[in-house]
Amino acid sequence: MASIDIDNVRKNYGAVPVLHGVDLTIKDGEFIVLVGPSGCGKSTLLRTVAGLEEVSSGEIRIGGARVNERHPKDRDIAMVFQSYALYPHMNVAENMSYSLRLRRAAKERIASAVSNAAGKLGLEPLLERRPKALSGGQRQRVAMGRAIVRQPKAFLFDEPLSNLDARLREQMRAEIKTLHRDLGATSIYVTHDQIEAMTLADRVVAMHGGIVQQVGSPLELYDRPANLFVASFIGSPAMNLLKGTYDASGAEAGIVLPDGTRIALSGPYALQSGTEVTLGIRPEHVVLSPIDGLPARVSLVEPTGFGIILHLSVHDLPLIAFTLDRTRLQSGPTTAIAFPPEHLHLFDGAGNRVVRAN
Amino acid sequence: MRVSFLGTVFHRLAILAYLLFALFPLFWLVKVSVTPNDLLYSEGIRLWPSRTSFEHFRFVLENSAFPLFFRNSLIVATSTAVIVTVLASLAGYAFSRFAFRGRAWLVALMLLTQMFPLVMLVAPIFKMLTPLGLTNSLTGLVIVYTAFNVPFATFLMQSFFDGIPKELEEAAKIDGATQFMAFRQIILPLTLPGIAATLGFVFTAAWSELLFALMLISGNAAATFPVGLLSFVSKFSVDFGQMMAAGVLALIPACLFFLLIQRYLVQGLTAGAVKG
Ligand SMILES: Nc1ncnc2c1ncn2[C@@H]1O[C@H](COP(=O)(O)OP(=O)(O)O)[C@@H](O)[C@H]1O
Ligand SMILES: [Mg+2]
Repeated sequence: MASIDIDNVRKNYGAVPVLHGVDLTIKDGEFIVLVGPSGCGKSTLLRTVAGLEEVSSGEIRIGGARVNERHPKDRDIAMVFQSYALYPHMNVAENMSYSLRLRRAAKERIASAVSNAAGKLGLEPLLERRPKALSGGQRQRVAMGRAIVRQPKAFLFDEPLSNLDARLREQMRAEIKTLHRDLGATSIYVTHDQIEAMTLADRVVAMHGGIVQQVGSPLELYDRPANLFVASFIGSPAMNLLKGTYDASGAEAGIVLPDGTRIALSGPYALQSGTEVTLGIRPEHVVLSPIDGLPARVSLVEPTGFGIILHLSVHDLPLIAFTLDRTRLQSGPTTAIAFPPEHLHLFDGAGNRVVRAN
Repeated sequence: MRVSFLGTVFHRLAILAYLLFALFPLFWLVKVSVTPNDLLYSEGIRLWPSRTSFEHFRFVLENSAFPLFFRNSLIVATSTAVIVTVLASLAGYAFSRFAFRGRAWLVALMLLTQMFPLVMLVAPIFKMLTPLGLTNSLTGLVIVYTAFNVPFATFLMQSFFDGIPKELEEAAKIDGATQFMAFRQIILPLTLPGIAATLGFVFTAAWSELLFALMLISGNAAATFPVGLLSFVSKFSVDFGQMMAAGVLALIPACLFFLLIQRYLVQGLTAGAVKG
């Protein structure tokens, strides 16, 4: 096991920059999830750590030692690919033992490592099979098994679950978490799925356009998104974002929406009156039918089974609310809503979070 | 997709018609080779002669230089096939996997070599090989055939390598393999069908090449069998029976060769490599 330091790493493909100076320190045994929309450079970052891509500038250290010039084989890391990349001409046992055979490990050691990993992943009955005789879920397990047999310094996962169906994905997600708890291995896990990011990570790294947007625990990102990108990317249904103007006049600071509606904030923010801002509120924080609220029209009711998603419009501004209250299924064409000030997020013109002035 | 009964019937009939069309000349070859000389013209258009004999085969094997031609062809075709396939595998791999300066130029250059009719090149090649003592020699033929077959074989091999996911090599490298080990232990075994196809293609091309064999070789010692076949055409007559018997014999190595490699040709080894 080892820590991983990523120090101002840049990567260009020709003239096109893909990573714009990424800094990240991963502690020994930590489970880091890189999350972001497709094309934001997650795989590229992971591949530079693996040594499959060279960095254009910056430094990568594994266990404190600079590895920029090392080949993948000399970095002692394991990787699980989205496509699994199982060797088609080798059976499951041979796939799992390939790395140990390359290192000329003793026969007994190989056998025990393989049976150990197979036991952990429930692969014992499949050891003689070729990859093409396995289901998607089984192939995924073999790919995991291939990574864990040799106890590397770190595990790298590149969207390992995206080829599985939803049910299997949930199951494997839990298994990966259990596996990490048992092995305690330093892991970097790439995904575009924010649920995977939230459930698996010790810390989440949200990326966009080759730039790290925010690093923090899953709940930090959820409760205090650093900017508009994180606010809208994390959470489903996504956070409501309304454009408005900051207004510090009057007893309480507030936001004036384009139609003139004023929404009260708790306490003043470090902003000039009249600044253009974006107001954010998560759907589950929108209060329905308060004593005195804004009138809203109900345009669509979506039951998810777990709760109900209401599509509303407030003076023609679309808004989404989420509630666990099933009686809302029968709600009429209009209702009223309120925005509790403690749940409001404020972002400035550049999209960065604005904090309350004290 | 549901295929109707009529569709299936039509499909099978079309294949049958194609096979008949393609195999008929071969059948005729065999038929003539077993027809005794006295029946050759009297029963010329019958599908099968009333009496068959192997006299032509016996004559070809015992009284002609054909066994020598056969041996020469075997040496030339096998050497060419092996050398070309080794070169094409390495070059095709490089084209498929590495980005290097001048890559586009090399590809263009190789394509260029395929654009000229070979006849144009006979004279210059003869001129070049004569001072080197490579005319009238099997080595000379192997060199010429290798040069002509490498470009196409390289493209062929490249397309096979392109079909193998890059991740397999990356996984191997992460597992601890060097580039060469990844090539030898992971990629090469998966390319066997491609290698078999390339071997077969080059072997048959070299086996049946006539133009250069005719131009570069004089005399029997280094003649290959396509040249040898022509020796059955004399000034006054063509000995069809013997010629066809020699032709049938010449088919044997090609058939054996394809029997040997057909296992690899039909096998889709890469199935299941990545998500299926
Ligand atoms: N080999 C390459 N050559 C040129 N551009 C590339 C290459 N690999 C990736 N890119 C580009 O880099 C960007 C980031 O890719 P990637 O890291 O795969 O994104 P992600 O994994 O987040 O979906 C994409 O815009 C992609 O087009
Ligand atoms: Mg990716």
